[in-house]
Amino acid sequence: MPDAPGLELIRGEIDQRRPGAVVDTSFDNERAVLVVDPAHLLAVLGWLRDSPGQEYAFLSSLHAADYLPAEPRFAVHYELLNRDRVERIRVKALLADPGDEALPEIDSCVDLFPTAEFQEREAFDFFGIVFHGHPDLTRILMPEDYVGWPQRRDFPVGGEPVTFTYNERRYG
Amino acid sequence: MAKSLQDSASSAGGVAAGGPRGAEGRPAPSTVGVAAATGPADQRSEVMTVNIGPHHPATHGVLRLVVDLEGEVVRELRPVIGYVHTGIEKSCEDKSYWKVIPFVERMDYVSFFFQMEAFCGAVERLVGLEIPERAKHLRVIFLELNRIHSHLVWLGTTALDLGAISMLWYCFRERDRILDLFEMATGQRMHTRYFQVGGVIEDIPLGFERKLREFIAEMPVRVGQYEALLDRNEVFLQRTKGTGVVSRERLLELGVTGPLLRAAGEPWDLRKAFDYLSYSQFDFKVPVGTVGDNYDRYRVRLAEMVESTRIVEQALDGLPEGPHIADDRKYVLPPRSELSTSMEALIHHFKLVTEGYRVPPSEIYYAIESPRGELGCFVLADGSAKPARVHFRDPSFVNLQAFRDMSVDGYIADMICSLGMLDPILGGVDR
Repeated sequence: MPDAPGLELIRGEIDQRRPGAVVDTSFDNERAVLVVDPAHLLAVLGWLRDSPGQEYAFLSSLHAADYLPAEPRFAVHYELLNRDRVERIRVKALLADPGDEALPEIDSCVDLFPTAEFQEREAFDFFGIVFHGHPDLTRILMPEDYVGWPQRRDFPVGGEPVTFTYNERRYG
Repeated sequence: MAKSLQDSASSAGGVAAGGPRGAEGRPAPSTVGVAAATGPADQRSEVMTVNIGPHHPATHGVLRLVVDLEGEVVRELRPVIGYVHTGIEKSCEDKSYWKVIPFVERMDYVSFFFQMEAFCGAVERLVGLEIPERAKHLRVIFLELNRIHSHLVWLGTTALDLGAISMLWYCFRERDRILDLFEMATGQRMHTRYFQVGGVIEDIPLGFERKLREFIAEMPVRVGQYEALLDRNEVFLQRTKGTGVVSRERLLELGVTGPLLRAAGEPWDLRKAFDYLSYSQFDFKVPVGTVGDNYDRYRVRLAEMVESTRIVEQALDGLPEGPHIADDRKYVLPPRSELSTSMEALIHHFKLVTEGYRVPPSEIYYAIESPRGELGCFVLADGSAKPARVHFRDPSFVNLQAFRDMSVDGYIADMICSLGMLDPILGGVDR
């Protein structure tokens, strides 16, 4: 993975092209992290994927997390990998909760990384994050008529009623 | 990279290139009987949508496929998943760290040791706990035994799909010996809860080494026997060679890892690329294919079983003396013998069992090479004794996206073959 100066170099190059795209950088458990503005996400991901010297062409994992009570509350993590140099870098886009049933929104990266299709659906399914431009943004693991975003931190564990209620009715 | 795989003739699944082939060894699943019964003219003109699964033996678990068929040719395919979603990731948020281990084992229920290693390794890195050398070697032994076990389950069930029924019994015979070894060392045949944060729960028992050596002496012979049974089996060869081909570039775009990617000629293995546990000390090869068809996938996995046996042998030969678990009482239970003599040990034991240990706020993504590819574990710690999020990047889940590319414009029989060679474990896909 890029070391601390390497990470700052990457930040500097992105800042030249897209001022304000990188909000923050950090080193978390020896993993270089770029925190980016969701509005510039695709530009940053595309630059990291294609520009010579970077070539983080493999998206290992895309997952969401809920940092409640922190604000902005949600984050989408992109674990990028350069297989030739065996380097990983994490791109993190922070999303605020718009409140009032409205859903946080971000651009879909399926065009850049086709592997993101299932994983973006999963993030939508469990966190209610809307990915613009996704070809088929539907629930993937929960039933399609399900209401709610079960892996948000304010969704209770056990908030799901048990459907096999015969014994409860009979034996109380 | 040494295993040069036989080049297969490009018979190309698909009507245009191959034409209708002979009827031998092509038992179509009963659900497509309707399509096969209609006349030849209708087969060309009409596209019929057929639902396969979720309860169908050839879907290897609870996988539902919505398939558009033109005659016997698959024109479009959509996997529908989620039928065994049990909310394990959510449940983990309500358990202290050490109680999460048995939960995550049950995701991909065939490679339970790998789930444990992904989670325990992630937590060890979060708290900065170094595990002893002996524990690393023991973990490697059990991980590689588990890899052989997983590949045996794959080989048995996939060969069964292709009509080679006896393969299932032979594979499960050896699988049972691995489970016997697991039982001997851990007390459980599956879902062993053997790995702990800090090392492994207890040392291997007396007599284990002898039984393990018997097994690793025998396993390469058994793999040779499987090869002898399948490699000149005309039915097996016709159904695997040239079917389900996806190019290396497309597989990489789709995020496919593991034997599927290696069969397409890409020598990518996290055991070699990243330094985790003690894999860098062992001499083993990464088998790759040339064509990327179903036959190469079969050859790669077979060769991997032999390589895993070699790793187990080396780990056993070089097994260092010393403790099997780290000696950090803030994270690791004290030895049982101390509980009756040391007040401090009793306090530590009580604190660990009741509240658990706290992990400072941070996050980590830790990936290892599972039998199906990159198994990543994301853990988000918020400073309490319970993880704020545990997410698994399951290789079956990601690899399943390649299934459409493998199957479209091929026969439905080739689709069944490709599904077996994809080796998805739906417990891991749905979590």
